[in-house]
Amino acid sequence: MTVTDTSPLDTGRGASSFAAALHAEWTKFRTVRGWVFGLVLAAMLLVLFAYLTGNGQHSGICVGSGQSGATQPQCGQGHPLVSVGPGGEAVADSYYLVGRQLRGNGTITARITGLTGVTSNAPANAAPSLARTRPGLAGWSKAGVIVTASTRQGSPYAAVMVTPAHGVRFQYDYTHDVPGLQGAPSAAAPRWLKLKRAGDALTAYDSSDGTNWHELGTRTAARLPASVEIGMFVTSPVTFGGLATSATATFDHVTLDGRSLGSGWRGQGIGEGPPDFYDVLGAGGFRGHDSAFVVRGSGDIAPAVTAGGETPASLLTQALVAALLVIVVVAAMFTTSEYRRGLIRTTLAAMPKRGHMLAAKATVIGALGFIAGAAAAAVSITLGRHVEATNGNYLFPLGALTEARVIVGVGAIVALTAVAVLALGAFLRKTAGTVIGGIVVFVLPAILVVPYVSGASGSGGDPSVPLWLLRLSPAAASSILGSLPSSSQVSYPYTVGNGYFPLSPGVGLLVLAVWTVVLLTLAMGALCRRDP
Amino acid sequence: MIEAIGLRKRFGSTLALDGMTFTVPAGRVTGFVGPNGAGKSTTIRVILGLDAPDEGQAFVSGQPYGTLRHPLRHVGSLIDASALQPARSGRNHLLWIAHSQKLDGRRVDEVIELVGLGSAARRKASGYSLGMRQRLGIAAAMLGDPPVLILDEPFNGMDPEGIIWVRGLLRSLAAEGRAVLVSSHLLSELEDMADDLIVVGRGKVLANASVEELLSEVEAPAPQLVRRRAALEDVYLRLTGDQTEFRAGSDREDER
Repeated sequence: MTVTDTSPLDTGRGASSFAAALHAEWTKFRTVRGWVFGLVLAAMLLVLFAYLTGNGQHSGICVGSGQSGATQPQCGQGHPLVSVGPGGEAVADSYYLVGRQLRGNGTITARITGLTGVTSNAPANAAPSLARTRPGLAGWSKAGVIVTASTRQGSPYAAVMVTPAHGVRFQYDYTHDVPGLQGAPSAAAPRWLKLKRAGDALTAYDSSDGTNWHELGTRTAARLPASVEIGMFVTSPVTFGGLATSATATFDHVTLDGRSLGSGWRGQGIGEGPPDFYDVLGAGGFRGHDSAFVVRGSGDIAPAVTAGGETPASLLTQALVAALLVIVVVAAMFTTSEYRRGLIRTTLAAMPKRGHMLAAKATVIGALGFIAGAAAAAVSITLGRHVEATNGNYLFPLGALTEARVIVGVGAIVALTAVAVLALGAFLRKTAGTVIGGIVVFVLPAILVVPYVSGASGSGGDPSVPLWLLRLSPAAASSILGSLPSSSQVSYPYTVGNGYFPLSPGVGLLVLAVWTVVLLTLAMGALCRRDP
Repeated sequence: MIEAIGLRKRFGSTLALDGMTFTVPAGRVTGFVGPNGAGKSTTIRVILGLDAPDEGQAFVSGQPYGTLRHPLRHVGSLIDASALQPARSGRNHLLWIAHSQKLDGRRVDEVIELVGLGSAARRKASGYSLGMRQRLGIAAAMLGDPPVLILDEPFNGMDPEGIIWVRGLLRSLAAEGRAVLVSSHLLSELEDMADDLIVVGRGKVLANASVEELLSEVEAPAPQLVRRRAALEDVYLRLTGDQTEFRAGSDREDER
């Protein structure tokens, strides 16, 4: 009997040899119990450290309210609220409103002749109080006229306002901002403001004399109900240094054209109560009647900033480092153990195309790393939210899309790191060298920036933050955890410590991807050049 | 069938292959014999596409190894039986190799049966004796039911019973029409089994002939079994006699 050159078993002609290599590498991985255990361990460590972060970080502090849990028992019950704006983003929405209900179309006009204020003088761990203040205003204190869909926090709105440092502004729906007249209002240089409602359109005007009006713009975005709230408002944000402020504005020549319900102007504090996350300095109030009023308020109407609170993403900063340490070892072993045993020759005899072999190995470790990372991140966020809630704290809401991006991003970081270390292993061929190299290059930078990134320490504006690590090293990918947009409308230290990274999430991940591709190229070159 | 044409390869100052040229025909067991450091393992690695030769070419079934889609269906090989992941079972070792060739678990169980590993196949490879590792390696070589088999020193560490079994297996595989290349540094391991002998030294072929032809070089009348052995040993020593200093010079075979 003779056999043909091709074995009778060779029936899978059409199937690509890459698919077969992928199957083989997957079988290799799953049949070594230690590697599977390592992968599960990495995921478990991520969840564990996220849990510890969520559970331990703020045990004595009522996050976001600036009030000590020991002296403010209400912190233990319920948790501070962060409003969500019409775009689904977290917003600050607390101010004092002197308003009335407007049915249909109408116009409000007012003149502001003064804006003064005070800043909290209370120690950091005590509740801000009007009893302990010094004179001083925040640059973004606001007083003006507003039309809002309702007094519920997070409602769509438009407002034209004066500010101490940024002139007249027309702002609407939290994220939009149009500049008007320069300068702060005073008795010598008063500011006239006008806001007109016509259907869903809200048009703002400013003037220095009440005669010559200048149109600032029109908001037409979200639909407004037939009846809206219209009136004067004052609010005053937390300073760059984190101190609550309160502003007082003097209004006169207040007129309202249109059908208003009720008998007169009503004062109402929006978001002043303890459940709101935003620090306010005392309760607002007003005096006056007819067309002249003095209104005091505290808070902000703007995109929210975390103010040191935990986000679902910030829970994961340290946890990710712990998981990466284990992943580095697993990914290194997956390649280097073959070199150590001489098994690489069996592998290359079975899969002579070096590129297919390397791609198959990278795909297996990358896919497993992604699944482990993303699944652990998803569990961590759910668990973290539960733990914080149980402790009377809260996780700063990010919105479902951003949360999904964080989960996918963590998966991608784990996957790219695993692939990079695998490639390093194929290049170095030694386990110890690969593990050490992998940790030094891919984990150490993240460890170095952790003290700055987990900003609960309050080291917010630390000038020695090794920013270049977050731009150039593989740790740049942690910018995927920078989950909130920074806004020019809020004076806030947008530092790494407060969760704001120098690179955008996508670019940060790209930096890590470049590292991975470089190492894969090196590994491929070495595989093709060297005899195994 | 295997063809090696003018293979040349240098490792540093050592010329490991110096124009190695031979053909291994189908249907016969070809012994690949020579002292340690003669270039046997390097030649085999070149044929399997593992080492790149500086010059020359090697073909398996008329194709360079690297261009074979599922190479283990064309060539089965055993090069280092101890190259195993200790935590992986023998069966799982065969399984990933099978998957790399689009074969499945049934074929794995068949070759486990063929080499007589039986229930030991499900134990971790770290507990295997050298003989069991050799059987596992032969099972891996047989996975693709290949028309060509290359075995590098398959008798190392085998007990006499195992050696007899391997000889029988290789003879029957050749009888089925396969090309079988078996290397050894001991002629005695091959003499009762090989149809042809390729005697190598210093990286080139010293003699390539059937056992009968080699014997006829010795002027001895129709030798008895014992004398036949002695005569063959004689030929081998005469061919490789001037290669002895090579043994001390390069231990590349051992180190690999």
